[in-house]
Amino acid sequence: MTRSDPVTPAQRVALARAPGRPGVAGAVKALFTDFFEHRGDRLCADDPAVLAGIGLFHGRPVTVLGTRKGADLEQNLACRFGMPTPEGYRKALRAMDQAEKFGRPILTFVDTPGAYPGLEAEARGQGAAIAACLARMSTLAVPLIAVILGEGGSGGALALAMGNRVLMAENAVYSVLSPEGFASILWKDSSRAQEACEVMKLTAADLLDYQVIDRVLPEPAGGAQADPIAFWRTLDQALTEELRGAARLADPARHRQRRFREMGNSWLNAGKETR
Amino acid sequence: MNNWFAARRQRMLRLKVRREGERPFQPRLSAGAPVFEQCPRCHKAVPRAQWEKNLLVCPACGFHRPVGAYRRLSLVLDEGSFQELDAELTAGDPLAFPGYGEKLTGLRRRTGLREAAVAAKGRIGGLPAVVAVLDSRFLMGSMGVAVGEKIARAAETAEKARVPLIVFCASGGARMQEGILSLMQMGKTAAAVTRFRDKGGLYIACLTHPTTGGVTASFAMLGDVTLAEPEALIGFAGPRVIEQTIGQTLPEGFQRAEYLQEHGFVDAVVPRGKMRDTLALLLRLHQKGGARRDAI
Repeated sequence: MTRSDPVTPAQRVALARAPGRPGVAGAVKALFTDFFEHRGDRLCADDPAVLAGIGLFHGRPVTVLGTRKGADLEQNLACRFGMPTPEGYRKALRAMDQAEKFGRPILTFVDTPGAYPGLEAEARGQGAAIAACLARMSTLAVPLIAVILGEGGSGGALALAMGNRVLMAENAVYSVLSPEGFASILWKDSSRAQEACEVMKLTAADLLDYQVIDRVLPEPAGGAQADPIAFWRTLDQALTEELRGAARLADPARHRQRRFREMGNSWLNAGKETR
Repeated sequence: MNNWFAARRQRMLRLKVRREGERPFQPRLSAGAPVFEQCPRCHKAVPRAQWEKNLLVCPACGFHRPVGAYRRLSLVLDEGSFQELDAELTAGDPLAFPGYGEKLTGLRRRTGLREAAVAAKGRIGGLPAVVAVLDSRFLMGSMGVAVGEKIARAAETAEKARVPLIVFCASGGARMQEGILSLMQMGKTAAAVTRFRDKGGLYIACLTHPTTGGVTASFAMLGDVTLAEPEALIGFAGPRVIEQTIGQTLPEGFQRAEYLQEHGFVDAVVPRGKMRDTLALLLRLHQKGGARRDAI
């Protein structure tokens, strides 16, 4: 995409959702030498929609976490097209604990329409599992760098994305809800999703303005899927720099708490201070 | 002198409760206006005075009607102990979303609230606490920047004063009209209550109808103790979304407070009439762990 050919938010939504969009499984192959996958939440199940493991990044062990959509239809179905269950989030929690115990920085790769809205998922505490991830990330003593690769859908995405730094691919989108859901709730008409894309401010450039993300990863023409190798090279470079920066943080947990404490605060009309 | 302040605080709370203008409590405008009000669930005609006496719980079927934030505070706080925190705190319109500003103005006039959350210092059974309450009449109690900030500040105030934090949740989740910044309030509030708890504070989450979406997936599910009102809808995804996803109707009682308790997510289902006593009991039981009698 060149400057003279601006991409509309709706086009970016389509690019972010396109089949072949680079995801966490691709990142594991492209960015890490040696990889060991964690499986299971140690409570009842293993959810393939969340990938967790330990990899070597330029010779240094890091914990890798991500939401996975799957490469073919069979995998798509197993991963519910990238929508994790509570078991997935509890696997992520376990990987976070492991990372902290062994002093490994955490890299997360997010591409999910949202957490899975199913009967069993609710029965096993989808909300509680996501809340536990947020709480855990707020206290992690190791740095966490989050990358929004494709769709960053709602709380199911944030559950892996409370980073010291949050990176976002140029054509990725990150929003409070899918444009379809947004249109359906606010206008009672999910067919107005295109319009929702425009008002929701869900592109990387918008979120950089809101200081929700810190860095945009440029994509080749036609999106990262058109030339994954070029994109992985960009990401490799960016993560190298970000990890170097994060290593200088005296207290990564406090840094993360402060970062999220400030979210949206420039929009507050405080009235008189009562504290 | 103390009594004078207490009386003044009580008058203030009464005034705010009255300004909420909930239907059973509105003055009868004419002699012909109805003296009875139907229960929204069992349709039994209940005298207005009895709704009030029964704390908005239907005497026939036990249905818990929604309660305004100030009325909720008046139901649990000791008389004369109410001191509102950050009363004027509001937020702007980050998406410049069409109609949002006007909607807020209208709601502020109709509900007597500034935002969907009210926070206050007070006492319950003689023991100090910070209590925050979400109000479902204000954009479904949805969490935008101001609501997230109020919850975070409530946790910080409680931490500083070394008193317990109690939050009454009633919310459809993150506030769509404020976009991604609403989503980020999940991180803000989860971090704030976690920090408070890690410092030894007691956090009691009271889940009332409805508690869903981003509120469930953040501070609502992070209590040291979790209470719920009978039959309150509590979940992450709403029932309609789930039905669409799985293509079948949901079982009776699904996502209700009793169901959550059965599945291990709620300590106690507490009828409205017992809430104050239950909270007082919990505060007493935690007097060493965070609650210091002389702090407020």
